[in-house]
Amino acid sequence: MLLKRIIPCLDTAGGRVVKGTHFQQLRDQGDPVALARKYSEDGADELTFLDIGATPEGRATLVGLVERTAHEVFIPLTVGGGIHDVDEIRTLLRAGADKVSIQTAAVQRPELITEGARAFGSQCIVVAIDAKRVSKGRWMVFTHGGRKPAELDAVDWAIEAQRRGAGEILLTSIDADGTRAGYDLELTRAVVDAVQIPVIASGGAGHPKDLVAVLTEGKADAALAASIFHSGAFPIPETKAYLADHGIRVRL
Amino acid sequence: MIALIDYGGGNLRSVENALARLGATCTIASAPEDLAHAQAIIFPGVGAAAPAMASLRERGLDQAVIAAIRNGIPFLGICLGMQLLFDWSAEDGAACLGIFPGTVELMKTPEKLPHVGWNTIERVRPHPVLEGMEGEAFYFVHSYVVVPRYPPVAAAETAHGVPFVSAIARQGLVGVQFHPERSGAAGLRLLENFLRFADAEAAA
Repeated sequence: MLLKRIIPCLDTAGGRVVKGTHFQQLRDQGDPVALARKYSEDGADELTFLDIGATPEGRATLVGLVERTAHEVFIPLTVGGGIHDVDEIRTLLRAGADKVSIQTAAVQRPELITEGARAFGSQCIVVAIDAKRVSKGRWMVFTHGGRKPAELDAVDWAIEAQRRGAGEILLTSIDADGTRAGYDLELTRAVVDAVQIPVIASGGAGHPKDLVAVLTEGKADAALAASIFHSGAFPIPETKAYLADHGIRVRL
Repeated sequence: MIALIDYGGGNLRSVENALARLGATCTIASAPEDLAHAQAIIFPGVGAAAPAMASLRERGLDQAVIAAIRNGIPFLGICLGMQLLFDWSAEDGAACLGIFPGTVELMKTPEKLPHVGWNTIERVRPHPVLEGMEGEAFYFVHSYVVVPRYPPVAAAETAHGVPFVSAIARQGLVGVQFHPERSGAAGLRLLENFLRFADAEAAA
């Protein structure tokens, strides 16, 4: 039986881990490779780098960062942030990423999902969806770091992404993100029920009990979180032990 | 020297990095002569069966792989690199290397496909490369599984709605459906077992 995955997410800019509020006031949080290695040793099941700088100069730095990480970390690595075309996907996979996460570019040009899946296999293509609740049981897709509405229903877009060849969905609730008040379980469940591919839930984790909820009630295949791990409040070994104590099968 | 088979499609980098971590040097084998002096061979695999087989044939590596295995060179097939050792794959209907009798079939499971993520290996048969691996979790990414005609070839099983063969072994030839190079400490331990096994075979 597949184990539920716990995925720390590292926001990077200019080759460093950063933390900021709404992409402002970025504070340096250290070397991504060192942090990635620590999380891997702690029992993270995968890692995600999200390049929030995503400038042309930053891109070369990101590729170097992925290369260095691949030398030291032997668990799957997903890289996202400003990826626009197949050449960029190829460069990151060659550098050592196992998967790429595409978001805004996939909304603007959905063929990119198909092109990526054809060239490298669906298992490499993660479609990231940022969704915001607009009414009961209805969520809309936003792009550009959650600032721009996309006139797309989030559940419909997940189905479309799957049809076009996405291997996984990385689903972030804009409403829950940063609140530490728990994942949007209803949104997660709506998307999980609509697609057959794995769904990684993101946004809102503040306590291991939130991960329990999204992996059971929310039916997610994996839970992504950032601040609960970075802050040191709930290290990965404790978090996974908590999940195991609550009947969730995880890799210990 | 460990030879890594390069058939153009697969990403060899992660296997190379994992071997480097273990202090092993390897050569990239993209032509038959590159396999001639190999002490051991690793056949990594990402991609689809038909293009991989076409590329192996074009490079003359298909016959070289068969010859090396016949000569008893320690051999580790990973994912597609294990599947291609069988007769035929239902993925693209591709004829494969035919070293093991049997086929590669789409997994018949009520669970989601592809089978992506960490899963445990069970009922591990004794083999030096798989020593200490019973119940360990490894990272899988696949939809197709091997169906050996002779069940004793199976060296481990994994359950994804249904049980399937997640490792095979026959003398110096081992295949795993999962990715040891992506499976953290357990994966590195398995690769280390393989390196030690290859050393012991070379010394014998």
